[in-house]
Amino acid sequence: MEPNHIHHVSGPPFELFQALPFVLAILIYFLLALFSNRRHKRWPFIRYVCWILGVLCAAAALIGPIATLAHENFTAHMVGHLFLGMLAPLLFVHAAPMTLLMRTLRVGSARRLSRILKSLPVSIYCNPVVASILNIGGLWVLYTTELYAAMQDNFLLHILVHTHVFLAGYLYTISILYIEPVPHRYSFVFRTVVLILSLAAHGILSKYIYAHPPVGVLREQAESGGMMMYYGGDLVELVLIFLFCQQWYKAARPRAVVSITQ
Amino acid sequence: MTTSHDARLKYFGRNLLSGCLLGLGFVAFIDEAIFHQILHWHHFYDKSTPDIGLVSDGIFHAFSWFSTIAGAFLVSDLRRRNAWWPKRWFGGILLGGGAFQLYDGTIQHKLMKIHQIRYNVEIAPYDWVWNIIAAILLIAGLILIFQTGRGSKVLEGTT
Repeated sequence: MEPNHIHHVSGPPFELFQALPFVLAILIYFLLALFSNRRHKRWPFIRYVCWILGVLCAAAALIGPIATLAHENFTAHMVGHLFLGMLAPLLFVHAAPMTLLMRTLRVGSARRLSRILKSLPVSIYCNPVVASILNIGGLWVLYTTELYAAMQDNFLLHILVHTHVFLAGYLYTISILYIEPVPHRYSFVFRTVVLILSLAAHGILSKYIYAHPPVGVLREQAESGGMMMYYGGDLVELVLIFLFCQQWYKAARPRAVVSITQ
Repeated sequence: MTTSHDARLKYFGRNLLSGCLLGLGFVAFIDEAIFHQILHWHHFYDKSTPDIGLVSDGIFHAFSWFSTIAGAFLVSDLRRRNAWWPKRWFGGILLGGGAFQLYDGTIQHKLMKIHQIRYNVEIAPYDWVWNIIAAILLIAGLILIFQTGRGSKVLEGTT
């Protein structure tokens, strides 16, 4: 593969500048949580942990050594995508930022936000089928067209693709796991079918990449990258499936039968 | 509280389903762990794999991952309802495992040519052993399931 570097201005000041959005994300979350604690019950500790880890996962994919290596090494690129598109969204969803925002806002603004969340466009995006197509379909477009090669040359395209990978991963996760308020809830059976088919599409794509290297990627790199996507994906999927089944287990718990004749 | 006869009958299908899912997941796990990772007999991708084979393999891989976890949660659910019926459940395990292994050994290996059991060897004995084991599991599973049919008088261990 041609080493198509994106010429960053390097050096410590620029790296610090790159880290700024991630530091801000953590700061804002903490401020919202601490501020809303005054009026509501304490925001769970585990959610702070999820948020910090989520931000760190996203940051690891975008700045620092993995991101630098990813420009020439396809396997490193895949590791970055696993962090950004799968692990970070899963952690973010468990940090429940929407719920946090809802309880921090004043009643009027919270109602307006709730109305936006219930609007038709948001409902469409949160449909598991639409979210899966955006998420996995997007990856198919990225790796089976020349988009992957083009992304390495164009900084703006690079940012756009990574933003899409993260947002689509987030949307996909909230459409499968119901932790945050969701406009329209679909049955477990429906989500199970969508979940299995989308995970299958992810696995098929990784084997496809193994056999058909994306434009500009060496065969051996495509092979190890494809396997990274397949087995790394399996690990995160294992957690996702576990959490999904656990939600079913909690929802299907037997209700205590209360005798009305007593 | 002991396992109730009524609960077992009420969750008759769930006992079978849970077993089938776990059996399928278990066989798929053995396939991946032993034949792909430890022995390196199976190949991640055989260059002769046609597209339909790739799709079938992908769906089964995702499904087996899901079914292992879902099957385990279903057992927990049956246990908290005192409705777990080990004999019928085990029949399900054999049925699910045998059916998947037979599908893998005939349709996926032979018809779709995803990959073979082993390379650079006379393959026929491997195929026979693979598929006969699958058939035995499948038949044993069916026997257990018929023995625990809805009409069966014996719901052992119940009060």
